[in-house]
Amino acid sequence: MAMTMTQKILAAHAGLDTVKAGQLIMADLDLVLGNDITSPVAINEFNKNGFESIFDKNKVALVMDHFVPNKDIKAAQQCKQCRTFARRFDVTNYFDVGDMGIEHALLPEKGLVAPGELVIGADSHTCTYGALGAFSTGVGSTDMAAGMATGKGWFKVPSAIKFDLVGALKPHVSGKDVILHIIGMIGVDGALYRSMEFSGEGLKSLSIDDRLCMANMAIEAGAKNGIFEVDDITLSYVGERVAREFKVYKADDDAEYDEVYTINLSEIESTVACPHLPENTKLACELEDIVPDQVVIGSCTNGRISDMEAAAKYLAGKHVAKGVRCIIIPATQTIYKECIKRGYIDTFIDAGCVVSTPTCGPCLGGYMGILAEDEIAVATTNRNFVGRMGHITSKIYLASPEVAAATAVAGHIVDPSRI
Amino acid sequence: MKANGYVHKYGDNVDTDVIIPARYLNTADHKELASHCMEDIDKDFVKNVKCGDIMVGGANFGCGSSREHAPIAIKKSGISCVIAKTFARIFYRNAINIGLAILECPEASERIDAGDEVAIDFDTGVITNITKGESYQAEPFPEFIKDIINSDGLMNSLKKA
Repeated sequence: MAMTMTQKILAAHAGLDTVKAGQLIMADLDLVLGNDITSPVAINEFNKNGFESIFDKNKVALVMDHFVPNKDIKAAQQCKQCRTFARRFDVTNYFDVGDMGIEHALLPEKGLVAPGELVIGADSHTCTYGALGAFSTGVGSTDMAAGMATGKGWFKVPSAIKFDLVGALKPHVSGKDVILHIIGMIGVDGALYRSMEFSGEGLKSLSIDDRLCMANMAIEAGAKNGIFEVDDITLSYVGERVAREFKVYKADDDAEYDEVYTINLSEIESTVACPHLPENTKLACELEDIVPDQVVIGSCTNGRISDMEAAAKYLAGKHVAKGVRCIIIPATQTIYKECIKRGYIDTFIDAGCVVSTPTCGPCLGGYMGILAEDEIAVATTNRNFVGRMGHITSKIYLASPEVAAATAVAGHIVDPSRI
Repeated sequence: MKANGYVHKYGDNVDTDVIIPARYLNTADHKELASHCMEDIDKDFVKNVKCGDIMVGGANFGCGSSREHAPIAIKKSGISCVIAKTFARIFYRNAINIGLAILECPEASERIDAGDEVAIDFDTGVITNITKGESYQAEPFPEFIKDIINSDGLMNSLKKA
């Protein structure tokens, strides 16, 4: 029976020749991920159930990234609980202050995810790794606890929507614009329970960072996972980072899809999601009267080196507009160092931005950039729900790093192609 | 397995950030989480909710983060069941895993108003609106889901097994 790429990976991990949409399966996990918010709940469940071991100390990843360096005593207690658990079970991939990064930027960078693998994470943006041709999906803490103990998880096999990518991105446009455009088109529940599979000749114009950003936001369309066909760009990225063997899966030519969309990348313009849902998209050029109090460039969506490069391009030799606070957060230590090496940090600071150590902080309204009453942010993050970045009357506009950096300089939302 | 209570009604796309804002995620204490449940869209919810009450939402209920703190906060606040047109998938899975009953039923989601008294029979999937004198049919839970909810969550049901 013909299968989608996701279905093939699930079948292989369940030890089955084929699976079909709707089927319930028990599958082997290649990696189980948690962070400092979700792991404590998982550890409590793990302990409550009396588990004495984890299934594989190399296949559990614990990343302290949401509220670290610890924002308050309670956050410190939560990290301490994770640290104690990691020591108890000798977890190889435990990342704390000093070597941590934002989990979904860090894991691919460390070579912890390869094509064809099956990853669950107690973080909704775990779907990011689909960019590398893996099946990865967000789960809750109880699933994480059971996964750490048994190395297995149950899944309902999803059907899929296919996105056939054609054309090539214009300058000033990046993966963020493409995924915002798609979410605007299908809605925040447009892919509910389903896979979003990306393929087509347009892939050639999408860097790994573009793909990681797009797969990252599959959850914002309700999808179970987003996944990209593996090509030379993927193999070259993974080849530099992954030593173990992996298997590349490709969808059958006659695989069934609920829907097929052709996306012409050449037609995508700079796109912004207005408050309070990622589906409320408009073109950046339609929003030039929006004046932000804060610009945030970073997060698991857009804190990678190409995002920093894009920001530096618009900030070089310029200064952030009066009244705008611009916060830039390279997503990992490696990216941070690369920013130093390339002179981006100088560029950012000279432009009047503040640069932070890696953290999820402002994206989820944790700390390091909370909004006051009625304030407006333009952010490269992934959610603009009510109160997401602070006060419940504050507003978030989601944008690409190009739009965000250009906006910080202009003092209002701007289409970077018009600069 | 049955539930009976008064309804707290919300719209489409109720997200996990309004169910339990991230600023309170520096704790995993169930009671503390429940004390902030829904406060960003309904600051009186915590004051008004009574044990056994029912929450009704529209489409894509629970969208956003994977935080299990969201269904935990709802459950600990006293809500006996959430009815919605559709649920976001991670929320759906988390709710069942922690033993919070949830039902997808577009008709109930549309017809039920805030304050209605509603009774639910989980064995048959029948949702009765006592106030309006109507009933709606949801898909009843399969046995293993009932078992998880009756055991107060997946971990407890595994322990029993």
